[in-house]
Amino acid sequence: MSLDKATVARIAALARIRVVDDELDGLAQELSNILVWIEQLDAINTEDVPPMSQVADLKLLWREDEVTDGAIPEKVLANAPAAKDGFFTVPKVIE
Amino acid sequence: MVALTDLTIAEARDGLLAKEFSARELAEAHLTAMEAARGFNAYLKETPERALAGAEAADKRIATGDARALEGVPLAIKDLFCTDGVATTAASRILDGFTPHYESTVTQNLWDAGAVMLGKTNLDEFAMGSSNTTSYFGPVENPWRRDSDNLPLVPGGSSGGSAAAVAAHLCPGATGTDTGGSIRQPASFCGVVGLKPTYGRCSRYGIVAFASSLDQAGPITRTVRDSAILLRHMAGFDPRDSTSVECEVPDYGAALARPLKGLKVGIPKEYRVEGMDPEIDALWQKGIGWLKDAGMEAVDICLPHTSTALPVYYILAPAEASSNLARYDGVRFGHRAENDGELLDMYEATRSEGFGAEVRRRIMIGTYVLSAGYYDAYYLKAQKVRTLISRDFATAFESVDVILTPTAPGAAFAIGEKEDNPISMYLNDVFTVPASLAGLPGISVPAGMDGDGLPLGLQLIAPSFDEETMIAVAAAIEARADFDGSAAAQAGKGA
Repeated sequence: MSLDKATVARIAALARIRVVDDELDGLAQELSNILVWIEQLDAINTEDVPPMSQVADLKLLWREDEVTDGAIPEKVLANAPAAKDGFFTVPKVIE
Repeated sequence: MVALTDLTIAEARDGLLAKEFSARELAEAHLTAMEAARGFNAYLKETPERALAGAEAADKRIATGDARALEGVPLAIKDLFCTDGVATTAASRILDGFTPHYESTVTQNLWDAGAVMLGKTNLDEFAMGSSNTTSYFGPVENPWRRDSDNLPLVPGGSSGGSAAAVAAHLCPGATGTDTGGSIRQPASFCGVVGLKPTYGRCSRYGIVAFASSLDQAGPITRTVRDSAILLRHMAGFDPRDSTSVECEVPDYGAALARPLKGLKVGIPKEYRVEGMDPEIDALWQKGIGWLKDAGMEAVDICLPHTSTALPVYYILAPAEASSNLARYDGVRFGHRAENDGELLDMYEATRSEGFGAEVRRRIMIGTYVLSAGYYDAYYLKAQKVRTLISRDFATAFESVDVILTPTAPGAAFAIGEKEDNPISMYLNDVFTVPASLAGLPGISVPAGMDGDGLPLGLQLIAPSFDEETMIAVAAAIEARADFDGSAAAQAGKGA
């Protein structure tokens, strides 16, 4: 599928990536080329084929619901841009 | 006497135990070499204090007879593994200022076995690339040069710093990670051994996530034996990774001596792609001859969905990446761009400034294929074709023990080449991606040179959790190829 500028702008907004207007054309072309290339999969018959989301046929393990970690607030906050009283202080992210 | 930086891991281990040299001397030799070879940009960070402290502790243990399996062995760590107290960048600006306060399981396993960290190696940003040119900190230079033009070449990617450092003797071994070929392809480009284990063999805990259903850690070394040694001490069940598999880790080194007589090697005709470089094909035929010489039988096999693997990968990996990288928003850690104070502006400014062009491109592809209305057409379709690819391998392994292919469609290319078209870059992984999608172990072994003096690798693919057979066959190729990596070692010494 060939993407137009509006679609690229919409994807960028969904991905929270700023794309300036002059980049839109080039990006639309690049992404369209990649999409056209991956659309060769349309030729493969996948009727009755189950999707594969993991390779190892794993069953998730169960464990006791108990605390296994914690009491390390300094470590948790060590990379915080700012912290106060054991909390992250950040710009307002919830309306 | 040979230089301490020329020793393999097995030789270094023996020399340390025999007290021919100390762990401190071994670490110092590598630190000196690293400093002199900074022009390659293989290391993003050197950790000399940590290396020397670790080496001194190792010397004490060796003196008291308490040496562990990798006591005093110096290693480089791809800067995708979180290392407690040492900045971890994923070669991205967005992790600017981030220092983890926990250790990845794989590196912890290595330290618990006595290994010593020399530093953190360069990579493609978030491991997305096949050339190491997407690193925010600049490209890595391959220690090999072409005879014809002497231009600086890429080391491959994404584990390009690790592969270049091993090839240039700036460490005897390094960790890598492989999502679609990121251990095997750079190993092929740099003339070293790169082993991607079965998905689930090594814990992903503490490794910066790219595509979680594909990411797997593995060793890069100069010999098959060294990869076997390192893998044993990287692998193992970890309750902190829900996809880590609870099964015993064998002594991979012991597998080297396995008899190969009567084993069958599959040769997939679909890997003879159109326009294939005749030198690659010739090397592949040589490899078949070597394995016949080792007593194996070559069997033609079919992997009919091979050509679909790359497009499947370039749907699934970006989709997973777009989700994994959503966490980098400038709020709690890492880079935060100047912004006007509005939330959306902070997110968008931070992410467009913090991510490089290739990462932004993949996030956008991933966002698109997962978006409402397109999920079934792209993502679900790719997951179904992934099943078919996996079934191809399962069928093939009913009649063969291992599969032999080239590792990459060509030798290392010049820095700056293949940059104008993303798809031509993606094609580097055409032979490595199928095994990744099926979760199978693969290894690249340096097997020969092209006409321009550059190394070329052959790849072996084995059934799930049968790294041992793969290692045994790899050793047979290694013995017969008699690959000479001394040119890269000389380049590393500035000669």
